[in-house]
Amino acid sequence: MSYILDIDGVNKTFGGLHALSDVNLKIEEGETHAIIGPNGAGKSTLLNCCIGRLIPDTGTVTFNGKNMIGMPPYDINHAGMVRVFQTPEIFPDLTLLQNVMIPALAKRDGTFKFNPFKSLAKEKSIIKEAHATLADFELDKFHNQLAGSISRGDKRRLELAMGLIQHPDLLLLDEPTAGMARHDTNRTIDLLNSDRMKTMTKVIIEHDMHVVFSLADRISVLARGHIIATGRPEDIKNDPKVKEAYLGESEDE
Amino acid sequence: MIKKIFSSNPLIMLIFSAVVLTAPIWLDPIGANYPDLLQKFAIFGIFAIGYNILFGLTGYLSFGHATFLGVGSYTAVWAFKLLSMNIVPAIILAIIVSGVFALIIGFLSLRRSGIYFSILTLAFAQMAYSLAYSVLTPITNGETGLQLSLKDPRVLDSMAGIIPQEGLPSTNLFGYLMKSYEGYFGFYFAAVILIIAFYVSLKIFRSPYGLKLRAIKSNQTRMKYTGFNTRPYLLSAFVISGMYAGLAGALLASIDPLAGAERMQWTASGEVVLMTILGGAGTLIGPLLGTTIIKYLENIFSALNPSELHNMFDFMPEPLQNFMVTIVSPFVGEGWHLTLGAMFMIIVIFLPGGVMQGLSHLSSFMKRLFGSKKDTTPDSVNDAAPTTSKGGH
Repeated sequence: MSYILDIDGVNKTFGGLHALSDVNLKIEEGETHAIIGPNGAGKSTLLNCCIGRLIPDTGTVTFNGKNMIGMPPYDINHAGMVRVFQTPEIFPDLTLLQNVMIPALAKRDGTFKFNPFKSLAKEKSIIKEAHATLADFELDKFHNQLAGSISRGDKRRLELAMGLIQHPDLLLLDEPTAGMARHDTNRTIDLLNSDRMKTMTKVIIEHDMHVVFSLADRISVLARGHIIATGRPEDIKNDPKVKEAYLGESEDE
Repeated sequence: MIKKIFSSNPLIMLIFSAVVLTAPIWLDPIGANYPDLLQKFAIFGIFAIGYNILFGLTGYLSFGHATFLGVGSYTAVWAFKLLSMNIVPAIILAIIVSGVFALIIGFLSLRRSGIYFSILTLAFAQMAYSLAYSVLTPITNGETGLQLSLKDPRVLDSMAGIIPQEGLPSTNLFGYLMKSYEGYFGFYFAAVILIIAFYVSLKIFRSPYGLKLRAIKSNQTRMKYTGFNTRPYLLSAFVISGMYAGLAGALLASIDPLAGAERMQWTASGEVVLMTILGGAGTLIGPLLGTTIIKYLENIFSALNPSELHNMFDFMPEPLQNFMVTIVSPFVGEGWHLTLGAMFMIIVIFLPGGVMQGLSHLSSFMKRLFGSKKDTTPDSVNDAAPTTSKGGH
């Protein structure tokens, strides 16, 4: 079995707080893997350790056979691991079309390219791809608007589009439906289940069990910095340790 | 229709060139048609256009750009002394040397962002000023300023067999003196350089590179996670704007071949920030508008004195006239900076996007007035987002 992402023995402490202790997680190619757990379990810390925002104290993160620890975020992006943030991280002062063109340009130009005399209007293939991606997310009708002016749900969909246009090998999604109304949530689930995204390897952090069970092939449960269970959705549902973590009925306390 | 004009580069350049080259005609009625002032418009316009590439696009507020203006001037004067009175080598050298300075200062300052970046650039500028003023006197001639002298070697000129006439030689462009045609030659030369400088800026604004710089201003963290190493982008923008400043400095020296440390003072750095914000940072033409407005008003206000004010308020009864003169006189002459400060405050408070924002408000107001329902949304690929100046982002 080939693993696209291999998190091995990762520890991270903040002062006295052990945010992650000895976390092992293997993501298979093509699967949608959900990470669930109560608040403060270390889910976001784990994602941050993968994309270079945080450097773990010990342990390794191997992606596509390459060690990611200590790599700057832009190199991790070019390695094929792309993250979609919990609070929408977009370019509020640019139009939606430009927002989607930027990651497409990153894919083509690499970490730095000095082309001040090239005409942006002549980047026909990039513009076409940006329009098509916006259309996939039902955002093309806004392409002329500034990204800062659209609704929060649209912003999150825009960020998803920005991640997708890079054709990542692995997409990390941090609570893609947090704060969304039910019908917006369902729209996002449909998008993530669409043909274009179904086969893409994804790691999803999520609170909403409806979303988790609609999308995930496998689920890992993180509690107090430990992975306490990994398995198929139906196994996780019935796991006593998971119930305990969620209901807080711990015997040794 | 208007939108179409503004998205076509050749048309923009045609209109821009026409407006710049006919400046002596249309500035005549407002009393701004004399070469000295016209040259200032063009040269400081270049300075502001370059500054706008850094501040307008990336949002990095440099408080030390006068350093590069000064470096450009010193380099140009040295080129006049050592090489030739022809301004071409002087200008090329000035651009190169100020680019090198910008590379060093930018490399160190860009390790920080926001207010810390601004403070670092200010610190470097003050260092450069002190060096020029005292420490490096052999190179800069300190307080007196660097000047031409009769003993200068001028290697290239003597090789070409140009023997100086009596007195100090004048700066020239392949024999055409910058001061010829009552100074208009100098203006037209600066105007042509301004047009080229504007064209380069236009290309940068409408390139993928320019879009990435704007994206850095909008959300730099996101840029890093999108796969861009933002540091070289910022550094290249810093160096380009430094080279523009060096070019402006060389042009100043070409018209009047002396260079003093006061050209590098922090007030000079502040002035280009004011010009850019006043006109509209991040817009193509705004900085040039800001420059023209500030230099024009400076010219008018700083020339006024109390006796002229008395003449101005002549139509009023005596006591009222005296009262008005007392009120207004601190704002003119030496005190013209008070007017500038007040004007700047009004702009920043009411029109944070500068004069350009005012113009766009005006045009949308006119459109509403005449009931035209054309969409005013920006061209989604090219146009800069309306800039709300975010202070020291």
